[in-house]
Amino acid sequence: MSVQAVTGTSDVTAILPRRGGFAGSLSDLLWRRPGLLLFVMLAPPLLWLGVVYIGSLIALLAQSFFSIDEFSGLISRELTLKTYGDLFQPANLDIIIRTVTMAAMVTLASAVVAFPIAYYAARYARGKWKALFYLGVMLPLWSSYLVKVYAWKLILAKEGILTWLFAKLHLSWLLDSWLSLPVVGGNSLSVSFTGTFIVFVYVWLPFMILPIQAALERVPGNLVEASSDLGASPGQTFRNVLFPLALPGIVAGSIFTFSLTLGDYIIPQIIGTSRLFIGQAVYAQQGTAGNIPLAAAFTVVPIVIMGFYLWGAKRMGAFDAL
Amino acid sequence: MRSDRSQSAPRGLKIAAAAGLAFLHLPILLIFVYAFTTEEKSYQWPPPGLTTQWFAATWARPDVWQALGLSVQVAAISTAIALVLGTLCAAAVSQTRFFGREAISLLVILPIALPGIITGIALRSAFSLAEIPFSFWTIVLGHATFCVVVVYNNAVARFRRTSGSLIEASMDLGADGFQTFRHVILPNIGTALLAGGMLAFALSFDEVIVTTFTAGQQQTLPIWMLEELVRPRQRPVTNVVAMVVVLATLLPILAAYYLTREGDQIAGAGK
Repeated sequence: MSVQAVTGTSDVTAILPRRGGFAGSLSDLLWRRPGLLLFVMLAPPLLWLGVVYIGSLIALLAQSFFSIDEFSGLISRELTLKTYGDLFQPANLDIIIRTVTMAAMVTLASAVVAFPIAYYAARYARGKWKALFYLGVMLPLWSSYLVKVYAWKLILAKEGILTWLFAKLHLSWLLDSWLSLPVVGGNSLSVSFTGTFIVFVYVWLPFMILPIQAALERVPGNLVEASSDLGASPGQTFRNVLFPLALPGIVAGSIFTFSLTLGDYIIPQIIGTSRLFIGQAVYAQQGTAGNIPLAAAFTVVPIVIMGFYLWGAKRMGAFDAL
Repeated sequence: MRSDRSQSAPRGLKIAAAAGLAFLHLPILLIFVYAFTTEEKSYQWPPPGLTTQWFAATWARPDVWQALGLSVQVAAISTAIALVLGTLCAAAVSQTRFFGREAISLLVILPIALPGIITGIALRSAFSLAEIPFSFWTIVLGHATFCVVVVYNNAVARFRRTSGSLIEASMDLGADGFQTFRHVILPNIGTALLAGGMLAFALSFDEVIVTTFTAGQQQTLPIWMLEELVRPRQRPVTNVVAMVVVLATLLPILAAYYLTREGDQIAGAGK
Protein backbone atom coordinates (compact mmCIF):
# COMPACT_ATOMS: atom_id res chain seq x y z
CA MET A 1 0.00 0.00 0.00
CA SER A 2 2.69 2.44 1.01
CA VAL A 3 4.02 3.86 -2.20
CA GLN A 4 7.03 5.70 -0.85
CA ALA A 5 8.44 2.44 0.45
CA VAL A 6 8.49 0.86 -2.97
CA THR A 7 10.91 3.09 -4.78
CA GLY A 8 14.43 1.76 -4.94
CA THR A 9 13.69 -1.95 -4.49
CA SER A 10 13.97 -2.91 -8.12
CA ASP A 11 16.65 -5.54 -8.67
CA VAL A 12 16.61 -7.46 -5.41
CA THR A 13 16.19 -11.24 -5.70
CA ALA A 14 12.87 -12.36 -4.32
CA ILE A 15 13.12 -14.40 -1.14
CA LEU A 16 9.69 -15.87 -1.52
CA PRO A 17 8.42 -17.76 -4.56
CA ARG A 18 6.02 -16.06 -6.93
CA ARG A 19 2.42 -16.27 -5.92
CA GLY A 20 0.16 -18.33 -8.08
CA GLY A 21 -3.35 -17.76 -9.27
CA PHE A 22 -5.13 -14.72 -10.60
CA ALA A 23 -5.44 -12.95 -7.24
CA GLY A 24 -1.77 -13.51 -6.55
CA SER A 25 -0.55 -12.10 -9.83
CA LEU A 26 -3.00 -9.21 -9.58
CA SER A 27 -1.68 -8.44 -6.14
CA ASP A 28 1.90 -8.59 -7.43
CA LEU A 29 1.04 -6.34 -10.34
CA LEU A 30 -0.51 -3.73 -8.06
CA TRP A 31 2.52 -3.89 -5.75
CA ARG A 32 4.96 -3.38 -8.60
CA ARG A 33 2.89 -0.60 -10.11
CA PRO A 34 1.80 1.73 -7.32
CA GLY A 35 0.45 4.17 -9.88
CA LEU A 36 -1.97 1.51 -11.11
CA LEU A 37 -3.04 0.77 -7.54
CA LEU A 38 -3.67 4.46 -6.97
CA PHE A 39 -5.68 4.59 -10.17
CA VAL A 40 -7.80 1.61 -9.13
CA MET A 41 -8.43 3.19 -5.74
CA LEU A 42 -9.24 6.65 -7.01
CA ALA A 43 -11.17 5.94 -10.20
CA PRO A 44 -14.52 4.91 -8.65
CA PRO A 45 -14.83 7.83 -6.21
CA LEU A 46 -13.55 10.30 -8.78
CA LEU A 47 -15.95 9.03 -11.41
CA TRP A 48 -18.83 9.36 -8.98
CA LEU A 49 -18.02 12.70 -7.38
CA GLY A 50 -15.95 14.30 -10.10
CA VAL A 51 -18.05 13.38 -13.10
CA VAL A 52 -21.59 12.86 -11.81
CA TYR A 53 -21.63 15.47 -9.07
CA ILE A 54 -19.32 18.18 -10.41
CA GLY A 55 -20.76 17.59 -13.87
CA SER A 56 -24.26 18.29 -12.57
CA LEU A 57 -23.07 21.41 -10.79
CA ILE A 58 -21.41 22.75 -13.92
CA ALA A 59 -24.48 21.95 -16.00
CA LEU A 60 -26.58 23.87 -13.49
CA LEU A 61 -24.27 26.88 -13.53
CA ALA A 62 -24.22 26.84 -17.32
CA GLN A 63 -28.00 27.07 -17.37
CA SER A 64 -27.88 30.29 -15.37
CA PHE A 65 -26.49 31.92 -18.53
CA PHE A 66 -29.55 30.88 -20.51
CA SER A 67 -32.71 32.90 -20.35
CA ILE A 68 -36.43 32.29 -20.46
CA ASP A 69 -38.66 33.78 -23.10
CA GLU A 70 -41.31 35.69 -21.17
CA PHE A 71 -44.03 35.12 -23.77
CA SER A 72 -43.62 31.49 -24.72
CA GLY A 73 -42.13 30.33 -21.41
CA LEU A 74 -39.49 28.39 -23.35
CA ILE A 75 -35.84 28.41 -22.39
CA SER A 76 -33.60 29.94 -25.03
CA ARG A 77 -30.14 28.42 -25.09
CA GLU A 78 -28.19 31.53 -25.94
CA LEU A 79 -25.57 32.78 -23.56
CA THR A 80 -26.74 35.95 -21.87
CA LEU A 81 -26.44 37.79 -18.59
CA LYS A 82 -30.10 38.75 -18.68
CA THR A 83 -31.05 36.22 -15.98
CA TYR A 84 -28.45 37.65 -13.62
CA GLY A 85 -29.95 41.08 -14.34
CA ASP A 86 -33.31 39.69 -13.20
CA LEU A 87 -31.75 38.94 -9.81
CA PHE A 88 -31.52 42.70 -9.23
CA GLN A 89 -35.21 43.33 -9.70
CA PRO A 90 -36.55 44.78 -6.43
CA ALA A 91 -38.57 41.67 -5.56
CA ASN A 92 -35.61 39.32 -6.02
CA LEU A 93 -33.18 41.69 -4.34
CA ASP A 94 -35.54 41.78 -1.35
CA ILE A 95 -35.36 37.99 -1.12
CA ILE A 96 -31.58 38.05 -1.15
CA ILE A 97 -31.31 40.82 1.46
CA ARG A 98 -33.90 39.13 3.69
CA THR A 99 -32.04 35.81 3.57
CA VAL A 100 -28.61 37.32 4.23
CA THR A 101 -29.95 39.39 7.14
CA MET A 102 -31.58 36.30 8.63
CA ALA A 103 -28.37 34.29 8.19
CA ALA A 104 -26.31 36.98 9.90
CA MET A 105 -28.71 37.26 12.85
CA VAL A 106 -28.97 33.51 13.24
CA THR A 107 -25.17 33.28 13.24
CA LEU A 108 -24.80 35.95 15.92
CA ALA A 109 -27.48 34.43 18.15
CA SER A 110 -26.05 30.92 17.78
CA ALA A 111 -22.61 32.17 18.80
CA VAL A 112 -24.05 33.83 21.92
CA VAL A 113 -26.03 30.74 22.96
CA ALA A 114 -23.26 28.30 22.01
CA PHE A 115 -20.38 30.00 23.82
CA PRO A 116 -21.31 29.18 27.44
CA ILE A 117 -22.04 25.53 26.55
CA ALA A 118 -18.76 25.19 24.66
CA TYR A 119 -16.78 26.98 27.37
CA TYR A 120 -18.21 24.90 30.17
CA ALA A 121 -17.64 21.68 28.24
CA ALA A 122 -14.07 22.65 27.33
CA ARG A 123 -12.88 24.00 30.67
CA TYR A 124 -14.95 22.62 33.51
CA ALA A 125 -16.54 19.35 32.40
CA ARG A 126 -14.42 16.30 33.24
CA GLY A 127 -14.81 12.57 32.84
CA LYS A 128 -18.44 11.49 32.86
CA TRP A 129 -19.69 15.06 32.51
CA LYS A 130 -17.51 15.61 29.48
CA ALA A 131 -19.06 12.60 27.75
CA LEU A 132 -22.50 13.80 28.77
CA PHE A 133 -21.89 17.23 27.28
CA TYR A 134 -20.52 15.66 24.12
CA LEU A 135 -23.56 13.43 23.65
CA GLY A 136 -25.78 16.31 24.73
CA VAL A 137 -24.61 18.22 21.67
CA MET A 138 -24.27 15.25 19.36
CA LEU A 139 -27.75 13.82 19.83
CA PRO A 140 -29.62 16.98 18.83
CA LEU A 141 -27.17 17.43 15.95
CA TRP A 142 -28.01 14.02 14.53
CA SER A 143 -31.70 13.93 15.44
CA SER A 144 -33.99 14.10 12.47
CA TYR A 145 -34.10 17.59 11.01
CA LEU A 146 -37.81 17.36 10.22
CA VAL A 147 -38.65 16.09 13.68
CA LYS A 148 -36.88 19.09 15.16
CA VAL A 149 -38.80 21.46 12.90
CA TYR A 150 -42.00 19.59 13.77
CA ALA A 151 -41.29 19.94 17.49
CA TRP A 152 -41.09 23.70 17.03
CA LYS A 153 -44.32 23.74 15.10
CA LEU A 154 -45.91 22.20 18.20
CA ILE A 155 -44.19 24.66 20.52
CA LEU A 156 -44.87 27.83 18.54
CA ALA A 157 -48.47 27.05 17.56
CA LYS A 158 -51.09 29.48 18.86
CA GLU A 159 -52.57 26.78 21.10
CA GLY A 160 -49.11 25.41 21.94
CA ILE A 161 -46.93 25.27 25.02
CA LEU A 162 -45.28 28.68 24.64
CA THR A 163 -48.55 30.60 24.60
CA TRP A 164 -49.67 28.54 27.59
CA LEU A 165 -46.41 29.28 29.43
CA PHE A 166 -46.72 33.02 28.83
CA ALA A 167 -50.31 32.90 30.10
CA LYS A 168 -49.29 30.99 33.26
CA LEU A 169 -46.59 33.57 33.98
CA HIS A 170 -49.10 36.38 33.35
CA LEU A 171 -46.92 37.63 30.54
CA SER A 172 -49.36 37.22 27.66
CA TRP A 173 -49.28 41.00 27.12
CA LEU A 174 -45.56 40.72 26.37
CA LEU A 175 -46.06 38.05 23.72
CA ASP A 176 -48.99 39.94 22.20
CA SER A 177 -47.13 43.22 21.99
CA TRP A 178 -44.13 41.46 20.40
CA LEU A 179 -46.40 39.82 17.84
CA SER A 180 -47.99 43.17 17.00
CA LEU A 181 -44.61 44.61 15.98
CA PRO A 182 -44.37 45.23 12.22
CA VAL A 183 -41.62 43.00 10.76
CA VAL A 184 -40.93 40.38 13.41
CA GLY A 185 -44.56 39.83 14.45
CA GLY A 186 -47.49 37.98 12.95
CA ASN A 187 -50.68 36.18 13.84
CA SER A 188 -48.82 33.69 15.99
CA LEU A 189 -45.17 32.82 16.53
CA SER A 190 -45.37 29.97 14.02
CA VAL A 191 -46.18 32.38 11.19
CA SER A 192 -43.68 35.11 12.06
CA PHE A 193 -40.04 35.85 11.33
CA THR A 194 -39.38 35.51 15.05
CA GLY A 195 -40.45 31.87 14.79
CA THR A 196 -38.30 31.28 11.71
CA PHE A 197 -35.36 32.84 13.53
CA ILE A 198 -35.79 30.71 16.67
CA VAL A 199 -36.03 27.49 14.68
CA PHE A 200 -32.95 28.34 12.60
CA VAL A 201 -30.95 29.03 15.76
CA TYR A 202 -32.17 25.80 17.31
CA VAL A 203 -31.44 23.59 14.33
CA TRP A 204 -27.94 24.92 13.60
CA LEU A 205 -26.79 25.50 17.20
CA PRO A 206 -24.80 22.23 17.52
CA PHE A 207 -22.79 23.18 14.41
CA MET A 208 -21.67 26.29 16.31
CA ILE A 209 -20.95 24.58 19.64
CA LEU A 210 -18.55 21.94 18.33
CA PRO A 211 -15.95 24.22 16.64
CA ILE A 212 -16.03 26.75 19.51
CA GLN A 213 -15.46 23.92 21.96
CA ALA A 214 -12.58 22.61 19.82
CA ALA A 215 -10.98 26.08 19.81
CA LEU A 216 -11.46 26.55 23.56
CA GLU A 217 -10.02 23.11 24.35
CA ARG A 218 -6.73 24.43 23.01
CA VAL A 219 -6.66 27.48 25.30
CA PRO A 220 -4.44 26.57 28.25
CA GLY A 221 -6.24 27.11 31.55
CA ASN A 222 -3.26 28.97 33.01
CA LEU A 223 -3.70 31.76 30.44
CA VAL A 224 -7.05 32.58 32.01
CA GLU A 225 -5.53 32.29 35.49
CA ALA A 226 -2.59 34.50 34.53
CA SER A 227 -5.01 37.11 33.26
CA SER A 228 -6.93 37.21 36.52
CA ASP A 229 -3.69 37.10 38.55
CA LEU A 230 -2.64 40.24 36.70
CA GLY A 231 -5.79 41.92 37.92
CA ALA A 232 -8.20 41.56 35.01
CA SER A 233 -11.87 41.30 35.84
CA PRO A 234 -13.71 38.28 34.40
CA GLY A 235 -15.17 40.60 31.75
CA GLN A 236 -11.73 41.86 30.76
CA THR A 237 -10.34 38.33 30.65
CA PHE A 238 -13.15 37.34 28.33
CA ARG A 239 -12.68 40.34 26.02
CA ASN A 240 -8.90 40.31 25.84
CA VAL A 241 -7.92 36.66 26.29
CA LEU A 242 -10.72 34.16 25.74
CA PHE A 243 -12.64 35.82 22.94
CA PRO A 244 -9.68 36.43 20.59
CA LEU A 245 -8.54 32.83 21.08
CA ALA A 246 -12.04 31.45 20.52
CA LEU A 247 -12.66 33.63 17.47
CA PRO A 248 -11.34 31.14 14.88
CA GLY A 249 -13.74 28.56 16.34
CA ILE A 250 -16.64 31.00 16.20
CA VAL A 251 -15.82 31.85 12.59
CA ALA A 252 -15.61 28.14 11.75
CA GLY A 253 -19.01 27.56 13.33
CA SER A 254 -20.45 30.57 11.56
CA ILE A 255 -19.51 29.01 8.22
CA PHE A 256 -22.06 26.27 8.95
CA THR A 257 -24.79 28.44 10.44
CA PHE A 258 -24.47 31.01 7.67
CA SER A 259 -24.30 28.58 4.78
CA LEU A 260 -27.07 26.33 6.10
CA THR A 261 -29.40 29.28 6.66
CA LEU A 262 -28.71 30.65 3.19
CA GLY A 263 -29.70 27.40 1.52
CA ASP A 264 -32.59 26.19 3.64
CA TYR A 265 -36.07 26.29 2.19
CA ILE A 266 -38.00 23.98 4.48
CA ILE A 267 -37.91 25.91 7.76
CA PRO A 268 -39.23 29.22 6.34
CA GLN A 269 -41.86 27.25 4.46
CA ILE A 270 -43.18 25.48 7.54
CA ILE A 271 -42.57 28.12 10.19
CA GLY A 272 -42.65 31.61 8.81
CA THR A 273 -44.45 34.16 6.73
CA SER A 274 -45.33 34.01 3.06
CA ARG A 275 -42.32 36.19 2.20
CA LEU A 276 -39.71 34.07 0.45
CA PHE A 277 -36.11 33.17 1.25
CA ILE A 278 -33.49 32.26 -1.36
CA GLY A 279 -34.07 28.53 -1.00
CA GLN A 280 -37.83 28.91 -1.45
CA ALA A 281 -37.25 31.15 -4.47
CA VAL A 282 -35.02 28.50 -6.05
CA TYR A 283 -37.61 25.84 -5.36
CA ALA A 284 -40.48 27.92 -6.74
CA GLN A 285 -38.56 28.99 -9.85
CA GLN A 286 -37.52 25.48 -10.82
CA GLY A 287 -40.84 23.90 -9.91
CA THR A 288 -44.06 25.76 -10.59
CA ALA A 289 -42.51 28.62 -12.58
CA GLY A 290 -40.36 26.31 -14.70
CA ASN A 291 -37.69 29.01 -14.88
CA ILE A 292 -34.56 26.90 -14.45
CA PRO A 293 -32.19 29.71 -15.53
CA LEU A 294 -33.42 32.04 -12.78
CA ALA A 295 -33.34 29.19 -10.25
CA ALA A 296 -29.74 28.48 -11.27
CA ALA A 297 -28.83 32.16 -11.00
CA PHE A 298 -30.36 32.20 -7.52
CA THR A 299 -28.19 29.28 -6.43
CA VAL A 300 -25.13 31.23 -7.54
CA VAL A 301 -25.89 33.84 -4.84
CA PRO A 302 -25.16 31.58 -1.85
CA ILE A 303 -22.17 30.09 -3.68
CA VAL A 304 -20.65 33.55 -4.24
CA ILE A 305 -21.47 34.74 -0.71
CA MET A 306 -19.99 31.57 0.79
CA GLY A 307 -16.94 31.91 -1.46
CA PHE A 308 -16.17 35.33 0.00
CA TYR A 309 -17.06 34.11 3.46
CA LEU A 310 -14.71 31.13 3.25
CA TRP A 311 -11.96 33.34 1.87
CA GLY A 312 -12.33 35.69 4.83
CA ALA A 313 -12.58 32.79 7.27
CA LYS A 314 -9.41 31.24 5.91
CA ARG A 315 -7.57 34.50 6.49
CA MET A 316 -8.75 34.46 10.11
CA GLY A 317 -7.41 30.95 10.60
CA ALA A 318 -10.83 29.36 11.00
CA PHE A 319 -9.91 26.16 9.19
CA ASP A 320 -7.40 25.16 11.84
CA ALA A 321 -10.27 25.12 14.32
CA LEU A 322 -12.37 22.64 12.37
CA MET B 1 -0.61 30.72 45.19
CA ARG B 2 -1.55 28.60 42.26
CA SER B 3 -5.27 28.33 41.79
CA ASP B 4 -6.79 24.87 41.62
CA ARG B 5 -7.28 23.54 38.08
CA SER B 6 -10.49 21.76 38.94
CA GLN B 7 -12.21 24.75 40.51
CA SER B 8 -15.92 24.93 39.96
CA ALA B 9 -17.49 27.15 37.34
CA PRO B 10 -19.01 30.57 38.02
CA ARG B 11 -22.72 30.30 38.64
CA GLY B 12 -23.66 32.47 35.65
CA LEU B 13 -21.77 30.17 33.32
CA LYS B 14 -23.36 27.08 34.84
CA ILE B 15 -26.84 28.51 34.37
CA ALA B 16 -26.14 29.63 30.81
CA ALA B 17 -24.70 26.23 29.85
CA ALA B 18 -27.57 24.34 31.49
CA ALA B 19 -30.13 26.61 29.83
CA GLY B 20 -28.45 26.06 26.47
CA LEU B 21 -28.55 22.29 26.86
CA ALA B 22 -32.18 22.46 27.98
CA PHE B 23 -32.97 24.53 24.88
CA LEU B 24 -31.40 21.77 22.78
CA HIS B 25 -33.26 18.88 24.40
CA LEU B 26 -36.67 19.99 25.69
CA PRO B 27 -38.25 20.39 22.21
CA ILE B 28 -37.34 16.80 21.35
CA LEU B 29 -38.73 15.53 24.65
CA LEU B 30 -41.97 17.39 23.95
CA ILE B 31 -42.53 15.12 20.94
CA PHE B 32 -42.77 12.17 23.33
CA VAL B 33 -45.64 13.79 25.24
CA TYR B 34 -47.51 14.68 22.07
CA ALA B 35 -47.37 11.07 20.86
CA PHE B 36 -49.77 10.19 23.70
CA THR B 37 -52.19 13.09 23.43
CA THR B 38 -55.90 12.50 22.84
CA GLU B 39 -56.21 15.75 20.88
CA GLU B 40 -56.57 15.13 17.13
CA LYS B 41 -57.30 18.48 15.55
CA SER B 42 -54.78 20.89 17.00
CA TYR B 43 -51.44 21.16 18.82
CA GLN B 44 -53.17 21.98 22.09
CA TRP B 45 -51.08 22.19 25.26
CA PRO B 46 -51.47 20.81 27.88
CA PRO B 47 -52.86 17.63 26.29
CA PRO B 48 -56.50 17.10 27.32
CA GLY B 49 -55.83 13.41 27.97
CA LEU B 50 -53.35 10.62 27.38
CA THR B 51 -53.85 7.53 25.25
CA THR B 52 -51.83 4.86 23.48
CA GLN B 53 -54.38 4.30 20.71
CA TRP B 54 -52.28 6.19 18.11
CA PHE B 55 -49.54 3.58 18.25
CA ALA B 56 -51.99 0.96 17.02
CA ALA B 57 -53.38 3.40 14.47
CA THR B 58 -49.89 4.11 13.13
CA TRP B 59 -49.04 0.41 13.06
CA ALA B 60 -52.04 -0.18 10.77
CA ARG B 61 -51.06 2.49 8.27
CA PRO B 62 -49.68 1.00 5.01
CA ASP B 63 -48.37 4.36 3.72
CA VAL B 64 -46.14 4.76 6.79
CA TRP B 65 -44.77 1.25 6.34
CA GLN B 66 -44.14 1.84 2.65
CA ALA B 67 -42.29 5.08 3.32
CA LEU B 68 -40.28 3.43 6.07
CA GLY B 69 -39.39 0.51 3.82
CA LEU B 70 -38.24 2.78 1.02
CA SER B 71 -36.15 4.87 3.43
CA VAL B 72 -34.44 1.79 4.84
CA GLN B 73 -33.66 0.41 1.37
CA VAL B 74 -32.31 3.72 0.10
CA ALA B 75 -30.22 4.22 3.22
CA ALA B 76 -28.82 0.67 3.08
CA ILE B 77 -27.76 0.86 -0.56
CA SER B 78 -26.43 4.43 -0.27
CA THR B 79 -24.43 3.41 2.78
CA ALA B 80 -22.97 0.41 0.95
CA ILE B 81 -21.89 2.60 -1.97
CA ALA B 82 -20.53 5.26 0.37
CA LEU B 83 -18.56 2.63 2.31
CA VAL B 84 -16.77 1.45 -0.84
CA LEU B 85 -16.14 4.89 -2.32
CA GLY B 86 -15.27 6.54 0.99
CA THR B 87 -12.80 3.83 2.02
CA LEU B 88 -11.08 3.83 -1.37
CA CYS B 89 -10.76 7.58 -1.29
CA ALA B 90 -9.51 7.62 2.30
CA ALA B 91 -6.94 4.91 1.57
CA ALA B 92 -5.63 6.76 -1.47
CA VAL B 93 -5.44 10.11 0.29
CA SER B 94 -3.88 8.88 3.52
CA GLN B 95 -1.49 6.23 2.22
CA THR B 96 -0.02 7.95 -0.80
CA ARG B 97 1.17 11.32 -1.97
CA PHE B 98 0.03 12.47 -5.36
CA PHE B 99 -0.76 15.60 -7.29
CA GLY B 100 -4.18 17.02 -6.44
CA ARG B 101 -4.52 15.25 -3.09
CA GLU B 102 -5.87 18.37 -1.39
CA ALA B 103 -8.38 18.86 -4.19
CA ILE B 104 -9.79 15.39 -3.51
CA SER B 105 -10.48 16.17 0.15
CA LEU B 106 -12.30 19.27 -1.01
CA LEU B 107 -14.23 17.33 -3.64
CA VAL B 108 -15.46 14.82 -1.06
CA ILE B 109 -16.59 17.54 1.34
CA LEU B 110 -18.26 19.69 -1.31
CA PRO B 111 -21.64 17.87 -1.45
CA ILE B 112 -22.13 18.54 2.25
CA ALA B 113 -20.50 21.98 2.36
CA LEU B 114 -22.72 23.42 -0.34
CA PRO B 115 -26.34 23.97 0.72
CA GLY B 116 -28.43 20.85 0.04
CA ILE B 117 -30.69 22.75 -2.29
CA ILE B 118 -27.80 23.32 -4.70
CA THR B 119 -26.89 19.64 -4.76
CA GLY B 120 -30.54 18.80 -5.21
CA ILE B 121 -31.33 21.14 -8.05
CA ALA B 122 -28.02 20.37 -9.80
CA LEU B 123 -28.83 16.65 -9.80
CA ARG B 124 -32.43 17.28 -10.84
CA SER B 125 -31.49 19.43 -13.79
CA ALA B 126 -28.80 16.91 -14.78
CA PHE B 127 -31.41 14.12 -14.72
CA SER B 128 -33.74 16.14 -16.87
CA LEU B 129 -30.97 17.09 -19.31
CA ALA B 130 -29.93 13.44 -19.61
CA GLU B 131 -33.61 12.40 -19.70
CA ILE B 132 -33.25 9.98 -16.81
CA PRO B 133 -36.68 9.30 -15.26
CA PHE B 134 -36.95 9.63 -11.49
CA SER B 135 -36.76 6.31 -9.72
CA PHE B 136 -35.44 4.53 -6.67
CA TRP B 137 -31.95 4.82 -8.15
CA THR B 138 -32.03 8.58 -8.62
CA ILE B 139 -32.72 8.90 -4.87
CA VAL B 140 -29.84 6.55 -4.10
CA LEU B 141 -27.51 8.49 -6.38
CA GLY B 142 -28.22 11.72 -4.52
CA HIS B 143 -27.86 10.13 -1.10
CA ALA B 144 -24.66 8.23 -1.81
CA THR B 145 -23.04 11.46 -3.02
CA PHE B 146 -23.23 13.15 0.36
CA CYS B 147 -22.83 9.97 2.43
CA VAL B 148 -19.30 9.43 1.08
CA VAL B 149 -17.99 12.26 3.23
CA VAL B 150 -18.93 10.73 6.62
CA VAL B 151 -17.32 7.39 5.77
CA TYR B 152 -14.31 9.22 4.35
CA ASN B 153 -13.86 11.37 7.48
CA ASN B 154 -13.98 8.38 9.81
CA ALA B 155 -11.73 6.21 7.65
CA VAL B 156 -9.13 8.94 7.09
CA ALA B 157 -8.88 9.60 10.83
CA ARG B 158 -8.33 5.90 11.49
CA PHE B 159 -5.83 5.44 8.66
CA ARG B 160 -3.82 8.32 10.12
CA ARG B 161 -3.55 6.49 13.44
CA THR B 162 -2.80 3.12 11.86
CA SER B 163 0.91 2.69 11.46
CA GLY B 164 2.06 2.06 7.87
CA SER B 165 4.73 -0.33 9.15
CA LEU B 166 1.98 -2.84 10.01
CA ILE B 167 1.17 -3.12 6.33
CA GLU B 168 4.83 -3.41 5.38
CA ALA B 169 5.36 -6.09 8.03
CA SER B 170 2.45 -8.07 6.63
CA MET B 171 3.88 -7.84 3.13
CA ASP B 172 7.36 -8.78 4.39
CA LEU B 173 5.89 -11.86 6.01
CA GLY B 174 4.60 -12.97 2.63
CA ALA B 175 0.98 -11.89 2.58
CA ASP B 176 -0.26 -10.64 -0.76
CA GLY B 177 -2.20 -7.40 -1.10
CA PHE B 178 -5.59 -8.99 -0.62
CA GLN B 179 -4.51 -11.00 2.42
CA THR B 180 -3.02 -7.86 3.92
CA PHE B 181 -6.27 -6.05 3.30
CA ARG B 182 -8.36 -8.79 4.87
CA HIS B 183 -6.19 -9.65 7.85
CA VAL B 184 -4.39 -6.41 8.67
CA ILE B 185 -6.10 -3.35 7.24
CA LEU B 186 -9.73 -4.36 7.66
CA PRO B 187 -9.48 -5.30 11.36
CA ASN B 188 -7.73 -2.00 11.99
CA ILE B 189 -10.25 0.22 10.27
CA GLY B 190 -13.29 -2.00 10.95
CA THR B 191 -14.84 -0.08 13.83
CA ALA B 192 -14.23 3.25 12.06
CA LEU B 193 -16.05 1.91 9.00
CA LEU B 194 -18.87 0.59 11.16
CA ALA B 195 -19.23 3.99 12.82
CA GLY B 196 -19.00 5.80 9.50
CA GLY B 197 -21.51 3.44 7.97
CA MET B 198 -23.99 3.98 10.77
CA LEU B 199 -23.66 7.74 10.52
CA ALA B 200 -24.07 7.55 6.74
CA PHE B 201 -27.19 5.46 7.27
CA ALA B 202 -28.58 8.00 9.72
CA LEU B 203 -27.75 10.86 7.36
CA SER B 204 -29.48 9.18 4.42
CA PHE B 205 -32.43 8.06 6.52
CA ASP B 206 -33.05 11.64 7.60
CA GLU B 207 -32.26 13.51 4.39
CA VAL B 208 -35.11 15.52 2.91
CA ILE B 209 -33.81 18.51 0.91
CA VAL B 210 -31.93 16.62 -1.79
CA THR B 211 -34.62 13.93 -1.84
CA THR B 212 -37.38 16.40 -2.70
CA PHE B 213 -35.48 17.05 -5.93
CA THR B 214 -34.42 13.52 -6.83
CA ALA B 215 -37.56 11.55 -5.94
CA GLY B 216 -40.47 11.20 -8.29
CA GLN B 217 -43.69 9.83 -6.86
CA GLN B 218 -42.01 7.71 -4.19
CA GLN B 219 -42.15 8.82 -0.60
CA THR B 220 -39.31 8.25 1.79
CA LEU B 221 -40.18 8.69 5.44
CA PRO B 222 -38.87 12.29 5.62
CA ILE B 223 -40.84 13.16 2.48
CA TRP B 224 -43.93 11.66 4.11
CA MET B 225 -43.29 13.78 7.20
CA LEU B 226 -42.71 16.91 5.14
CA GLU B 227 -46.04 16.33 3.43
CA GLU B 228 -47.71 16.10 6.84
CA LEU B 229 -45.94 19.24 8.03
CA VAL B 230 -47.03 21.31 5.05
CA ARG B 231 -50.58 19.95 4.97
CA PRO B 232 -51.35 18.35 8.35
CA ARG B 233 -53.97 15.65 7.96
CA GLN B 234 -53.00 12.98 10.46
CA ARG B 235 -51.51 14.85 13.38
CA PRO B 236 -51.60 11.98 15.90
CA VAL B 237 -49.95 9.56 13.45
CA THR B 238 -47.29 12.18 12.66
CA ASN B 239 -46.60 12.56 16.38
CA VAL B 240 -46.03 8.83 16.77
CA VAL B 241 -43.84 8.62 13.66
CA ALA B 242 -41.77 11.58 14.90
CA MET B 243 -41.21 9.88 18.23
CA VAL B 244 -40.19 6.60 16.62
CA VAL B 245 -37.76 8.44 14.32
CA VAL B 246 -36.12 10.13 17.32
CA LEU B 247 -35.65 6.77 19.03
CA ALA B 248 -34.39 5.16 15.83
CA THR B 249 -31.70 7.80 15.27
CA LEU B 250 -30.66 7.74 18.92
CA LEU B 251 -29.31 4.18 18.77
CA PRO B 252 -26.87 4.46 15.83
CA ILE B 253 -25.44 7.71 17.24
CA LEU B 254 -24.82 6.16 20.65
CA ALA B 255 -23.29 3.09 19.00
CA ALA B 256 -21.06 5.18 16.74
CA TYR B 257 -19.93 7.18 19.76
CA TYR B 258 -18.94 4.09 21.74
CA LEU B 259 -17.15 2.57 18.74
CA THR B 260 -14.89 5.57 18.18
CA ARG B 261 -14.59 7.25 21.56
CA GLU B 262 -11.05 6.01 22.20
CA GLY B 263 -9.96 7.76 19.02
CA ASP B 264 -8.64 11.25 18.62
CA GLN B 265 -11.42 12.08 16.23
CA ILE B 266 -14.93 11.11 17.17
CA ALA B 267 -17.52 10.10 14.67
CA GLY B 268 -20.10 12.63 13.68
CA ALA B 269 -18.17 15.72 14.67
CA GLY B 270 -18.25 16.83 11.07
CA LYS B 271 -21.79 16.12 9.98
